[in-house]
Amino acid sequence: MNSPIIISIFVLSGIGILSGVILVIASKIFMVQTEPRAEEIEGLLPGANCGGCGYPGCKGLAEAIVAGNAPVTACPATKDYSAIAQVMGVTVEPVTVRKVAKLRCLGGKEETTNRFVYQGVLDCDAAQAMAGGFKGCTYGCLGLGSCAKACPFGAITMTVNGLPQVDEGLCTACGVCVNTCPRSLFALLPEGDPVTVLCQSQAKGPEVRKVCKVGCIGCGICVKNCPVSAITLNDNLAVIDPQLCTACGVCIEKCPMKTIRGTVSPARTIEATGA
Amino acid sequence: MTKLLVIAFGSIFISNFVLTRFLGICPFLGVSKKVETAVGMGFAVTFVMGLASAITYGLQKLLEHFHIEILQTLTFILVIAVLVQFVEMVIKKISPVLYQALGIYLPLITTNCAVLGVALINVKEGYNFLQAVVNGVSAALGFTMAIVLFAGIRERMAAAPVPKAFQGFPIALVTAGLVSIAFLGFNGFKLEALFAF
Repeated sequence: MNSPIIISIFVLSGIGILSGVILVIASKIFMVQTEPRAEEIEGLLPGANCGGCGYPGCKGLAEAIVAGNAPVTACPATKDYSAIAQVMGVTVEPVTVRKVAKLRCLGGKEETTNRFVYQGVLDCDAAQAMAGGFKGCTYGCLGLGSCAKACPFGAITMTVNGLPQVDEGLCTACGVCVNTCPRSLFALLPEGDPVTVLCQSQAKGPEVRKVCKVGCIGCGICVKNCPVSAITLNDNLAVIDPQLCTACGVCIEKCPMKTIRGTVSPARTIEATGA
Repeated sequence: MTKLLVIAFGSIFISNFVLTRFLGICPFLGVSKKVETAVGMGFAVTFVMGLASAITYGLQKLLEHFHIEILQTLTFILVIAVLVQFVEMVIKKISPVLYQALGIYLPLITTNCAVLGVALINVKEGYNFLQAVVNGVSAALGFTMAIVLFAGIRERMAAAPVPKAFQGFPIALVTAGLVSIAFLGFNGFKLEALFAF
């Protein structure tokens, strides 16, 4: 019985069994009640942990929904809430208007001029910190792709012209790009390309013309021509009120810089011209 | 007291676990991208290493009693794994906030060779219980210091123009080597004289 092999077996088995028992007892004592519904909802969420809902990741939102602190529709990246609503035993209205991120700038490499040659880190924040950006326009897209890197769904790619392009199919309107862009050029707009002023420049007309071929010069032609008075000028920049806009397309035709773009609704064109 | 201070100073600076003994390199490189997570990892390791030093001290006495010291490594790993599991459960119950902060790193520590290393070094150096615990905690503090320092450097490096061939892990390893060389400067202290009261 005194052979080291026998003792080893006994001592080691003893330690093993003791540890096992301790862990089993501990797991009973320290058991934490987890909501099964929270895990189920977490499985239904996109799992990208984008933070668009304002909670710490998809797990945080799932717990908040179960606890009743967040509505079942709190996730901006989910398209169909019916599954989550079913878990929670409530019904939701189907979402009618889906939103997607849109860049409000048309000034790529071809359309704009630069103030100096930038050779620093290829990151928009870094470029913006360097004397306010290398671009002639201090409002336009820097084109270094920080938004493309930040997008948790891979919906943004950079074009050859140096502008981010949003894949509307992949975009979930989580809003990460909106917060990432140092010049706040992204906005969450209804999908289907609504009529929008694709410029954020508040500079005066001649200054815009100097640095960009497609920027809003604040001329006011669209304001005068809009049949429903949906456009106003704020800080040398035309702004379209989406509540009033009928997508007739008059401003798209009249804009001398071709800054206003969007899909014209055919039914409404007739309505506008008829009136 | 002098002996304890010598042990503490020694394992934090002179024979730093990461930079001089090269133990625990995996978390040192793995979770040192952000200072915040590095601090979390550091404190989790401190906690486990202090406890492991205490437990393995008793275990070693048990093994010596039965004259089966050959099983040292085996039993130490087993007990450390159990300990980490146990600690994880307790933290999950008592402090969900701390559990969230450490969550990912706690299970990782099970296979952190620095924890096993400190247990084996305690035995080799013949430390008593108090000395072993002090050695464990201070070695872990040394680990924390190293990983936080390194994370700070890596955060800066993220914005540095690193040549393409060196981007990512290569430059991290080069930097780790440079930090390690810097810590060679702590060699040669007469610690007994420094902490004699």
